[in-house]
Amino acid sequence: MASITLSQPGRRKRLKRYTARDRTALTLMGGVPLLLSLAFVWLPALATVALSFFNWTGIGGFSDMKPAGVENYRIIFSIYPEFPPAIEHNLLWLGVFFVIPAPFGLYLAHQLNKQLRGSRIYQSILFLPVVLSLALVGFMTELVFSPTQGLVNNLTGHAGQHNLIDWLGNPNLNIWAVLIMACWRQTGYVMILFLAGLKSVDPSLQEAASLDGANEWQAFRHVVWPALRPINIVVVVVTVIESLRAFDIVYIINQGTNGLELLSTLITANIIGETSRIGFGSALATILLVISLAFVLPYVYTTFRKDTRS
Amino acid sequence: MTAATFTGSGTTTQTDAERRPKRRLRPVRAILHAFLIATCVVWIAPVLYALYTSLRPYADTAKHGYVSVGGHYNLTNYTNAWSEADLPLYFKNSAIITIPALLVTLWLASMAAYVLSRHSFKFNLLMLMVFTAGNLLPQQAIITPLYKLYITIPLPSFLSDSGHLDDSFLGLILIHVAFQTGFCVFVLSNFMRTIPNEISEAARVDGASEWRQYWQVVLPLCRPALAALATLEFTWIYNDFFWATVLMQTGANRPITAALNNLTGQFFTDNNLISAASMIVAVPTLVVFFALQKQFVSGLTLGANKG
Repeated sequence: MASITLSQPGRRKRLKRYTARDRTALTLMGGVPLLLSLAFVWLPALATVALSFFNWTGIGGFSDMKPAGVENYRIIFSIYPEFPPAIEHNLLWLGVFFVIPAPFGLYLAHQLNKQLRGSRIYQSILFLPVVLSLALVGFMTELVFSPTQGLVNNLTGHAGQHNLIDWLGNPNLNIWAVLIMACWRQTGYVMILFLAGLKSVDPSLQEAASLDGANEWQAFRHVVWPALRPINIVVVVVTVIESLRAFDIVYIINQGTNGLELLSTLITANIIGETSRIGFGSALATILLVISLAFVLPYVYTTFRKDTRS
Repeated sequence: MTAATFTGSGTTTQTDAERRPKRRLRPVRAILHAFLIATCVVWIAPVLYALYTSLRPYADTAKHGYVSVGGHYNLTNYTNAWSEADLPLYFKNSAIITIPALLVTLWLASMAAYVLSRHSFKFNLLMLMVFTAGNLLPQQAIITPLYKLYITIPLPSFLSDSGHLDDSFLGLILIHVAFQTGFCVFVLSNFMRTIPNEISEAARVDGASEWRQYWQVVLPLCRPALAALATLEFTWIYNDFFWATVLMQTGANRPITAALNNLTGQFFTDNNLISAASMIVAVPTLVVFFALQKQFVSGLTLGANKG
């Protein structure tokens, strides 16, 4: 607050120097990208919330829209059979992402940050899945977990008819097959983020700690970990966002049905396909939107407030 | 001077300290290497398995099993996938979408970042938040109204088969630009803030307009950040599955990442063909990965480090 008031006079002085042309240029340069973002991201985001209170098949024009109050939400929370499994799977996704790729990525980053021979090769291999599209990871999941033609069943001798493990068709198993492959990709992503964070930790601090007789764990716990705070926040945000966005892999496998329901696939199913239910789909999307904004807005706000202060 | 002496003595103690524990730690290092090698083997296994399967004819894998050695090894699956499913068409679609979207995103984002980083307007903070938060929203949270919006905005027929923004290349390019600009503004404005103000100050004294300061002074200095972002954004836009699946109904107009889903079952009936097709689709991103890994990683971490 104080810094803004202080900069006020300076700003005004500078404003006077702008010619009319400069002012037009600056307005367009900032305005066009802003308008695009508002029109194609934020307007739909607001419309999602508004539409969630209507019933709309979407076939006819706006005249078909009927106010529905909170009816859509009532249906979702009471009798919509796909909703509880979808929420469950999204939470499971989030939980698994926190429990496996996040710590494992940190561990790998910490090890690879040491002066290790072949570190670059290890990094490249572990990072490779990150450049593949999630859709391709979906195909990989089919290749690896396909019951008769897949790698896992053929390696473990479960590809025969008598002891077939149906990784993709069994609604209790398929989410785990998907999660394994999702972790395969996510770990490399987290690892790279942590590696960047570790580069900014002063190595002499770690040396000092080990000279003082701290073992590796103590040096990590008391020297490295506190210094990683900013990157930890990024990893938390990335983990949450990626698990809310999860879509491509399950959509490739069975469009998010039969044990693979996710919020994102339910939303998609309600707008494309035979029965388009715009209001109902929007109510589902609003739930997703609110959950993500609850993480995104505090993150963005604290990041930039800190930025402008410094 | 003091700093130099400090580092000087620091390195000697470091080598001393390192040399001694190193001998002691060698078994630990060996275990670490063994662990990392094992992890990497597991990590690369799915890719190698796909590659291996793609090189074998279906008849051989059917006879010997998928995890086996023997039979023929050739590129038949690749040539079949390439020609039967008309993959060149989908690569062309990907290019039509990815290249303009990438260029426009970088251009718009660099302009917005210029305004936000070189000037301190009152709404800067809000604008940065609008851009960055917009990029972090799940796509599915905005798709429903976006889809309705797309099917109501009319387009001339040479731009769209449906006569509207949906099912058109322009529509896909637009949503990529709108969505990805957020991340690029965030990264570029951080980068531009590290460019000393004196440089544009000097240009201003020489009478350069804002546009010229942006285009001829600041933008050329942003080349490393632009290269990093271009690598990253190319991969992200090329890898997009969701926008293309929902907003592009005509199968023949889909970019390759989304088209692959339709083609399986239709043309790609066995895992050998799917493997070959997957490998082909991965080629552009793998090229980026092997040729520009440094830029790719620095693009990711440019965004993360500041956050």
